[in-house]
Amino acid sequence: MNPKPLSSTSITSTIKSRFTQGFLRALKRINRQKPRTGTPPPSSSREICKRYLKVKVAADASMACAVGSRRAWSRAMLRKIRSQSTCVKVRRRTRFRMKKKESNEKEDGNPKAMELRKLVPGGEAMEICKLLDETAHYIKCLSTQVKVMRRIADFYSSN
Amino acid sequence: MSSRRSRSRQSGGSRITDDQINDLVSKLQQLLPEIRDRRSDKVSAAKVLQETCNYIRSLHREVDDLSERLSELLSTTDTAQAAIIRSLLMQ
Repeated sequence: MNPKPLSSTSITSTIKSRFTQGFLRALKRINRQKPRTGTPPPSSSREICKRYLKVKVAADASMACAVGSRRAWSRAMLRKIRSQSTCVKVRRRTRFRMKKKESNEKEDGNPKAMELRKLVPGGEAMEICKLLDETAHYIKCLSTQVKVMRRIADFYSSN
Repeated sequence: MSSRRSRSRQSGGSRITDDQINDLVSKLQQLLPEIRDRRSDKVSAAKVLQETCNYIRSLHREVDDLSERLSELLSTTDTAQAAIIRSLLMQ
């Protein structure tokens, strides 16, 4: 009765196509935002910097959305992105949660694991087995993200 | 199957065995280009964790660089081509 475990390749290919679609949609949205009267031309360095941050957040958000809520790291990433874009109330709540995590972190004495906790979204709150499992999945997704972004950039620059 | 599942979850929750950790560490090692091809008994868990951190950092840097490149390209390109790119990537 148990669902057949999907092979890791099919999982990543679904995530890849979902990320590609979501990210391209986000890029289109970012590009559509630019024509506003009174704003500096889109080629100015300040506008490029602003757009850089938008692209970066869009890349992370699209990846986390493509993975969905099945993974602790994607849930943590979406929570973080949402808290940054909404009001102070939410931010205060997250800070409280962070404090709790820090106390958790101290229990785990391994300095290497602690370094990893800071790199994997939501890693501070995970027990070691969960952390290793989530890290493996996060790495697979990050390299997919890089591959897709590189192909899009190459395609744009060749045109 | 369900009883096996609950038992493994129990052991995962309360007592973590060395086997569990070793299994996860070797899975992680296979994802790291630097040490992927080395025999797992030749690489310490600490080394795997260190390489994992390095690899994640290098991937983060690549995402940063590509975001920068894309943000520059966006100012000069028309994203109406998105449909073409989509079909390109779906191949």
